Amino acid sequence: MMVDPTQKLEQDDERIVNEVCIAVCTVNGSGSATSNSILYRALFHMGIMTSGKNIFPSNIKGLATWFVIRASARGYTGRIAHDDVVVAMNPATIDKDVTYLQDGGVLFYADHLELPEIKDRELIVYPMPIKSLMKQVDVPRNLQTYMENMLYVGIVGQVLRIPEEILKATVEQQFRHNPTIAQSNYNIVKLGFQYALENLEKKDRFYLEQLPELSDYILTDGNNAGALGSLYGGLQFCAWYPITPATSLVESAIEQVGKLRKDPETGKNTCVILQVEDELAAAGVTLGAGWAGLRAMTATSGPGLSLMTENIGLAYFTETPMVIWNVQRVGPSTGLPTRTAQGDLSMMYTLGHGDTQHVILIPGTVTECFEFGWRSLDIAEKYQTPIFVLSDLDLGMNTWVTKRFEYPNQPIERGKIVWEEKLEEFKDWGRYKDLDGDGIPYRTVIGNLSPKAAYFARGTGHDEYGNYSEDPENWSDMLSRIGLKLKGVVKDLPGPVIRRAKAEADIGIIGMGSTHDAMVEAQDILAENGVQADYMRVRALPANSAVREFIASHARNYVVELNRDGQLEQVLSLEVSEYSEKLISISVIGGLPLTAAWTADSILAKEKKGGKKS
Amino acid sequence: MERKVELNRIGLTLADYKGKPSTLCPGCGHNAISNQIQAAVWELGILPEKIMKISGIGCSSKSANYFLDRSFGFNGLHGRMPTLATGASFGDSSIKILGISGDGDTASIGMGHFKHVIRRNVPMVYIIENNGCYGLTKGQFSATSDQGLRLKHQGVNILPPLDLCMEALISGAPFVARTFSGDVKQMKQLIKAALSQNGVAVIDNISPCVTFNNRDEALQSYSWGREHEAPIQDITHFQSREEVELQNFEEGTYREIQLQDGSYMVLKKIDKDYDPTDLHAALDLLTESYKYHYLPTGLIYFSEAAPTIHEKYDLPDEPLNRLPKDCLRPSKESLEAINVALY
Repeated sequence: MMVDPTQKLEQDDERIVNEVCIAVCTVNGSGSATSNSILYRALFHMGIMTSGKNIFPSNIKGLATWFVIRASARGYTGRIAHDDVVVAMNPATIDKDVTYLQDGGVLFYADHLELPEIKDRELIVYPMPIKSLMKQVDVPRNLQTYMENMLYVGIVGQVLRIPEEILKATVEQQFRHNPTIAQSNYNIVKLGFQYALENLEKKDRFYLEQLPELSDYILTDGNNAGALGSLYGGLQFCAWYPITPATSLVESAIEQVGKLRKDPETGKNTCVILQVEDELAAAGVTLGAGWAGLRAMTATSGPGLSLMTENIGLAYFTETPMVIWNVQRVGPSTGLPTRTAQGDLSMMYTLGHGDTQHVILIPGTVTECFEFGWRSLDIAEKYQTPIFVLSDLDLGMNTWVTKRFEYPNQPIERGKIVWEEKLEEFKDWGRYKDLDGDGIPYRTVIGNLSPKAAYFARGTGHDEYGNYSEDPENWSDMLSRIGLKLKGVVKDLPGPVIRRAKAEADIGIIGMGSTHDAMVEAQDILAENGVQADYMRVRALPANSAVREFIASHARNYVVELNRDGQLEQVLSLEVSEYSEKLISISVIGGLPLTAAWTADSILAKEKKGGKKS
Repeated sequence: MERKVELNRIGLTLADYKGKPSTLCPGCGHNAISNQIQAAVWELGILPEKIMKISGIGCSSKSANYFLDRSFGFNGLHGRMPTLATGASFGDSSIKILGISGDGDTASIGMGHFKHVIRRNVPMVYIIENNGCYGLTKGQFSATSDQGLRLKHQGVNILPPLDLCMEALISGAPFVARTFSGDVKQMKQLIKAALSQNGVAVIDNISPCVTFNNRDEALQSYSWGREHEAPIQDITHFQSREEVELQNFEEGTYREIQLQDGSYMVLKKIDKDYDPTDLHAALDLLTESYKYHYLPTGLIYFSEAAPTIHEKYDLPDEPLNRLPKDCLRPSKESLEAINVALY
């Protein structure tokens, strides 16, 4: 479906159709993930562009959690800071949850909760007799709470006019592996639906209506996409250590590796996933595998990356390919493990002591997580260096409506690995000898039985043959060649995505990663306020010439990101130093996804003051 | 007169197994180990290209460059040798791994990795060149230094030593040995046996640092070792049963153990009836050695190896790093099915 997010909302005065933000407020560990996902998927199956963001605590059971569904037929699916509909199931948070509703907002609440003082508010309130309805059905005690959540699916669904058959089909899909469970869950949904139909008079203005199918789209999360992309990219080895929010990336790979990566002829496994003792080991084991000629990857988050630093420096200097996914959470330190941020960019770009410079791929959509999954392995092997894929909790763990995965359009790239026969063709091969003038040497790996193949890899100073060297000129040459190699990588990196303003734009707005949807919406809000802005999403570092040209061609570029210090703005200021005066930082950090309204307001405020750098 | 050069069973000379010239101090115990590794691999007739050498940081780890120049090597990070070895082992599991480490590398910074590589049972020979001090940083105490040891700039060591054989035993290593750089005959036999079995084999090799920790009273000195070494058996490695039989050992005086590659080690009893397959006896032996101040050497423990980490993954016969590209990318149809399932 073609979505034009700029099209004006056409609503009659009475009804607001397919534009609603629903916050479901529950207690974590109560099974609400399942009920929320049914609501979310139902909207997707109605053909409505929708996002679902889970705001959850670093806790297993018993603390407050929120699931925010934003449906927008116009395609605006970034987070918004207010809610149109609140579904209050948590006694601990109901008072605060209600404050997020705007006038005209809708409150569904479990009627055994104490309703806060809302007399002076223009809210439409629907009580949900959860406890008394549950008495009508025979549900095992241990499933009581889970099933209560299914009731609000039915009640909210009916009031917002989700067709009953869509709810039914969605429940069946959710429990497709067990029709009996599907039926018992649907019975509860239906009970809620029926209750609402018979007892709740619709007073609010929010309506959901069926649109043409979103047939080019799927519903999944970035971690699943990254895992699949890696498996389709010929991943052969993944060593890892559990850490939120990267864990589910490897778990997705574990779930699917058996299906996808058995040799069709022999039935043997062609990809190994190994959980190890810590992140030091995860990086070291991955590095060992990369050195031995396997397409190797690990996945972690900030604290894990800190521990991996030593090994990544070794990989950089021994020119060993490996891929490191960093699914960012909020730092510094342990930070906010279950909240999202973009605060690791500066750290990663030159991670490690001494002169280092790394390649970073930054997916901004779930579909790109798949694509960068396979591309990263190709780039790592071609350039014999660690490649980072920088995702974040929002992109990685939340489920997104995203474009279908496309099969890799390029064959697997193994780079300059040479085996016995090819090695014979070289007169004077050395592991670190630049034979092609591109800074990329030829490499041999273990198992190559040619007596010329072996070399001694080391993190210490080495010459073109890998022999120990403390020679000043040699050291400098070695690092310069690695520098040359990394200049070449830029042509193989994904360029920026640029969305032009409808009219000539004086200013640019720049973002990266998961803020994409909010940035697009912010661009349109700016236009509505008379500020034409072109939007660029950076997808890789080092930056290519398109990034440079974009920055150069605008009088001011607002760089928007989720951290305190404006890290992308800082990095771009160095990358494109001649235009650093044209870069203005707009950054925010609180652990929540970016909102378009905040972004547009911040930019408008700066513009009013003449668009000064600080 | 032309001197006849001796060839091993695959037609290579001992010189084919040499490494770069050592830059360690003359008399360093580690040089003895390098020489015995070279000799052991040559005598076993393993192609040098079928070995990889992985090491950490320190004098010990540097030494991996001083033998087997035709083998791939990786001198990695301090304490992290076992992690590199684990990953590299999956590239081609037919390549035997010589892991070279020291007491600083293994007993301090890398203790966690040491124990976990044993737990994983990565098939490798893990040699600790244990000199009871930090050599490359010029003589600090290590975690295997004896309590009460006095070093030039350090004063007296107030902490008790860790015993790496004990750590290996309680972590589940199927092959645990201790040897001494002053007993190269035994050392070579143990290296040969370790290379012939198929799990993680730990050899704690007491290897004096002649520059910083070789005073007569030091636990890891040549003189203390020579005076206090008590081999628990006389060990010899044989390529075949026929070779064992040729020796005509007196019945009841020896025990033969077949190793996974089909070769044999013969353990001749020395004074008491030590059973190297008894884990408790092994721990008792080590405990007593501290109580009575002696250095038991030889094969401390051996068990029929549990499955290696590779055996738990059902991997192809062909090395993973030689799999053709078309084995590595699932079909287009399978992705279509995923897209459908995710709708």
